[in-house]
Amino acid sequence: MTPLLRISDLTVDFELGHQTAHAVRGVSLDIAEGETLAVVGESGSGKTVTALSILQLNPVPPCVYRSGSITFDGRELLSLGQRGLRSVRGDQIAMIFQDPMTSLNPLKKVGIQIGEALRLHRGTSRRDGRPAVIEALAEAGVPRPEQRADQYPHELSGGLRQRVMIAMALVTRPRLLIADEPTTALDVTVQAQILELLVDLQQRHHMAILLITHDFGVVADVADRVTVMKSGEVVEESDVGPIFAAPGHDYTRRLHAATPRLAPAATTEVDG
Amino acid sequence: MATVSITTTADGDSTTTTRRTGHSAWRALRRNRWGMAALSFLGLVVIAALLAPMLAPHDPQTQDLLGRLAPPFWDADGSAAHLLGTDHLGRDVLSRLIYGSRVSLLVGVCAALLAGVLGATVGLVAGYYGGWADRILMRLADVQLAFPSILLALAVVAFLGNGLWIVIIVLGITGWVAYARVVRSEVLSLKTREFVTEARAIGVGDRTIITRHLLRNVTAPIATIGTLQVASVIVAESALSFLGLGVPASVPTWGSMLADGQLYLGTSWWIAVFPGLALMLTSLSINITGDAIRDATDPKAYRG
Repeated sequence: MTPLLRISDLTVDFELGHQTAHAVRGVSLDIAEGETLAVVGESGSGKTVTALSILQLNPVPPCVYRSGSITFDGRELLSLGQRGLRSVRGDQIAMIFQDPMTSLNPLKKVGIQIGEALRLHRGTSRRDGRPAVIEALAEAGVPRPEQRADQYPHELSGGLRQRVMIAMALVTRPRLLIADEPTTALDVTVQAQILELLVDLQQRHHMAILLITHDFGVVADVADRVTVMKSGEVVEESDVGPIFAAPGHDYTRRLHAATPRLAPAATTEVDG
Repeated sequence: MATVSITTTADGDSTTTTRRTGHSAWRALRRNRWGMAALSFLGLVVIAALLAPMLAPHDPQTQDLLGRLAPPFWDADGSAAHLLGTDHLGRDVLSRLIYGSRVSLLVGVCAALLAGVLGATVGLVAGYYGGWADRILMRLADVQLAFPSILLALAVVAFLGNGLWIVIIVLGITGWVAYARVVRSEVLSLKTREFVTEARAIGVGDRTIITRHLLRNVTAPIATIGTLQVASVIVAESALSFLGLGVPASVPTWGSMLADGQLYLGTSWWIAVFPGLALMLTSLSINITGDAIRDATDPKAYRG
């Protein structure tokens, strides 16, 4: 079976004046339909740049897509051009970001922002899109969705805003959701709920998730497979079980050991 | 579903409030005493301009050479017929003042609007696209700044002749730089915020991002600059009229009244002083109102 998304040998540079930063060096990864792939690595390892490259959302003057290919459902995304990209963005592939505080336009009601993707991709009017917006909010676990839809982002808490972001991503029923550190900016209790929500929605809609994170705890909870990145390269790739039982790469072991625990870490026992 | 339960903290966190509702902004404005005084004065000027034919006791053009240079009513030689006296051609100063407010407000508002539209467009394009567009547009702005705007206005009017709309266009075109610079810098910081990336991730095009997402987030600074600009345009129009290059001489304006009065300043001070006062108070009021509106709508200046 061909994977839903295949990144092969992707190289992305950032040209900053005379210097060139090699952010992503020959990364390859596959995601099958309905699967969750976690990309793990420390900050600066190139995981976010990889994720943003899929929809080519890296800021383009410094960023250069050197080589490689990104195919989604058999279509090459890197040569798609702006118009083609815009039709994929938010429709087939949706994305949620790390910081729900700045990811919403402060001056627009959240319902309008959620409906924007429907208006763009389905030509739905604001009024006709409203039921879908309310449904998406309810699915994302937002209580009293009819009222929330008419509120502004600053009237919502961080956890609610992240749910709004999820509703915004899901309203078009994308086949792939790219979640770039979706829980990093949230406090721990909310994190668990958001992850649970993502898993729940994924199972219901058979959606693939590319989860970017630096948190091995998160990986253990939700991922099917794990790709570990370091300095722009993939250092290890495996199913989620083995990577906890027997991490193959020394870096993976250290990254794993770096996960903070409440109890003193004796062994690395994780059920999964 | 277990996930629904934790949203009790949702409502009250207003410390990071990014928007004030119109209602609370108006309350904050009401509490600003100078702001309200300035706003009231502006209201008077606007009413005077709108209702000039009804309010003016005399026709502003009617000359009365026998009754020329009559002093204001409180002077021993003054009369209640001409409350603020008459000028060197016997025209009623009060009536001319009232009619003059029309030109001042029209020129001020239209030129500031024109400058705002031009400047905001340039600022949005330069800030959002960056690169060459940014470099070219901002160098243009530097050139415009380096060139004395009143001189440019003089040159254009001298070439094209003077008319109300020529003055408005000239003053509008010379005023765009302030908007462009402020809007550009705002956009530079806004476009790195994630909601712009998010909009792109949904598939929103560049033009829609600029008009729907960025423009609305820069309206507050645009409005603030706008009020300041209205005041400076009114003064600039008066300066042009004073030099005889403003609107045609048949239309009474505060600037041309000042110019008329300067010869008689030693003997008949009222001809020049009243338009001067009107000009000063109007531009001062606009500036104070602009500051007050900015304070009232700025969430960081929230005072309860």
